[in-house]
Amino acid sequence: MTSIEMGQPPVQEDQPSLLHRSTDAVLRRLRLAESLTAYALAGPGVVLLLTLYILPVAGVLFIAFTDWQFGAKTLSFVGLRNFAELFADSEFRKVLANTAVYTLIVVPGTIVLSLAVALVIESGQTMRAFYRAVHFLPYMATLAAMAITWEALLHPTVGLLNQLMTAAGLPTANWLRDERTVLPILAVIGIWQNLGFAMVLILAGLAAIPRDLYDAADVDGIDVWFERLRLITLPMLGPVLMFVVIVVTLHALKVFDTVQVLTQGGPNHASDVLLYTLYRESFQYLRTGYGAAVTVVFLVIVMALTLIQARIMDRKVHYQ
Amino acid sequence: MSGHGLVLRNICKKFGSTNVIRNLSLNVIPGEFLTLLGPSGCGKSTLLRIIAGLELQDEGSIAIGGREVDGLRPKLRDVAMVFQSYALYPHMSVAKNLAIPLLMRRLCAWQRIPVFGALLPGTASRKSEIIEEVARVAKSIGISHLLDRKPRQLSGGQRQRVAVGRAMVRHPAVFLMDEPLSNLDAKLRVQMRAEIKELHQRLGVTFIYVTHDQVEAMTLSDRVAVMLDGELVQVAPPQEIYANPHDRRVAEFVGSPKINMIDVNVCGGRLAEIGGQVLPSELTIGQGTLTVGIRPEAFHLASSGEPNSISAAVRLVEHMGSDLFLHLDLTGVPDPIIARLPAASGHIAPGNRLHLRIRTEQLLLFSENGQRLKQQASVTPLREYAR
Repeated sequence: MTSIEMGQPPVQEDQPSLLHRSTDAVLRRLRLAESLTAYALAGPGVVLLLTLYILPVAGVLFIAFTDWQFGAKTLSFVGLRNFAELFADSEFRKVLANTAVYTLIVVPGTIVLSLAVALVIESGQTMRAFYRAVHFLPYMATLAAMAITWEALLHPTVGLLNQLMTAAGLPTANWLRDERTVLPILAVIGIWQNLGFAMVLILAGLAAIPRDLYDAADVDGIDVWFERLRLITLPMLGPVLMFVVIVVTLHALKVFDTVQVLTQGGPNHASDVLLYTLYRESFQYLRTGYGAAVTVVFLVIVMALTLIQARIMDRKVHYQ
Repeated sequence: MSGHGLVLRNICKKFGSTNVIRNLSLNVIPGEFLTLLGPSGCGKSTLLRIIAGLELQDEGSIAIGGREVDGLRPKLRDVAMVFQSYALYPHMSVAKNLAIPLLMRRLCAWQRIPVFGALLPGTASRKSEIIEEVARVAKSIGISHLLDRKPRQLSGGQRQRVAVGRAMVRHPAVFLMDEPLSNLDAKLRVQMRAEIKELHQRLGVTFIYVTHDQVEAMTLSDRVAVMLDGELVQVAPPQEIYANPHDRRVAEFVGSPKINMIDVNVCGGRLAEIGGQVLPSELTIGQGTLTVGIRPEAFHLASSGEPNSISAAVRLVEHMGSDLFLHLDLTGVPDPIIARLPAASGHIAPGNRLHLRIRTEQLLLFSENGQRLKQQASVTPLREYAR
């Protein structure tokens, strides 16, 4: 029977030491080749990371401490003067406040609305793809083109909004030229822009919640919609919502295109925001050093917010 | 505490154009452990979901403890369910998971509102009652030390216990279990099987248990309901299902290794022989084709010259410790058959020729359409069983 032959122990080698020495050498060469391969594979990534992210940030940091003007042949170190000027400037404080107000309207507005829209779409049976696409459109469209539509809607005399307000007997306004209305209106446009993006992510998050949980909830007696929302849906959406909050916050802090196209920061700096100031100082007034200082402030705010959010939410959010 | 009986009458359910459950009726005795056994896709889980109220039947009615529950939401049906995935709330501690069914029932909607609810009169005392009860249940199933953990910090067996605890905590009249052991490894499955059996004996309530695993069905059940293609084929105690199947499909589904099915011709009321052994011939039909079902353990070794013995060639030998599974070729039978012999049957190797006899009293005969021949009634009468 063949099985008997298979059971035999292997024949012993006569010269094990020679064999071992050559095996060691082979293994060492293999290990070296392996680590060389690893460096070679990681190399392009490291180079890209350096040239695209780390060096530019280091460059901005460097320029922020100089008085360099774009195109100038000389520059001198001015230490913290750019920053001192920045924080002494009441206009810049207003810019910071505007950005904060804009973000504080856009983020909660986007989250609440997109969650509501996603829940409604998810609970419906028909035309889900259509509703998803419609709500996602503003995110895909170029805002420069869409801004024309908004301008037409908000036009003080021929705009649809004012005509509707007049028809309803409500007071009208020159929405984009009024210091009181311009920032909230820009925030509404910001919500409109971010809604689809947040909604798509939330829809994906909703689809990932196991159906079994809702069945178990039904049997356990969690069968009213807001209790299902409170006890199952929202906690299970935690990680997705955290991601959406962080990304929408970054979007809101980076708002530029609507301001540039619709208001140019006016009237009287009422809609002036961080990135618009940065652009104006660096590329219109060519005060690159000052612009770099604004950029540093922007980066610090973004990093701090992201870290705080991640810290707070990591502790409260449940990951499976 | 004692369970309620359950009566299903003419349940039908379609998904689109697929008939998932066809006109199914079933009586479950109070306190019984009934298993719905069938291959995947036979509709057994759907039936369980219909009983729980998670799915609505298209036709038919359900009564639990003599009360029609057709229009009632799951929460009002007095049933608890253990899911295959356990469906524990991953963001809640074990204690909260166990407390949820009680919180939802004993606190009113206002009292359940966070912060505000705690200020209402009665909330605190009811909550402390619930906490006590959760602790009691946790102790009874040995998970007291896990109450503060989240489900993700538990092992499979511990999660399973928590799921059972969540079902137990509100003393339902009927326990529904949907393949609760299928996510566990083999060793743990045996252990949890025994625990579920013990739980049933301790609680004395009605259990309806869905599984595709015949071993679970055979070991746990008072009665097994074999379900195939949306119909109940046979409802009987496990030993009856095994020894006396009423349908070819039941015989083939229950038993491991699978029953051997051999087509034979009947001539003049006698069965043609199988591999040289003449089979008993008290048949009422004269001519035609029949299927003979032979359980693997119906074979036994015979001496070579013994009259009426079968000669078989050994293809493969599987050692199971206590038994040997032999894959055999019989002359005149196209597919190999499997015989189960005691491990002490001596040295048997592939290529050997064996002489076997069939215990003819264990033969099962099936007509061409799969019906068992010479049968009694297809369901063990309830009265007889209850006695």
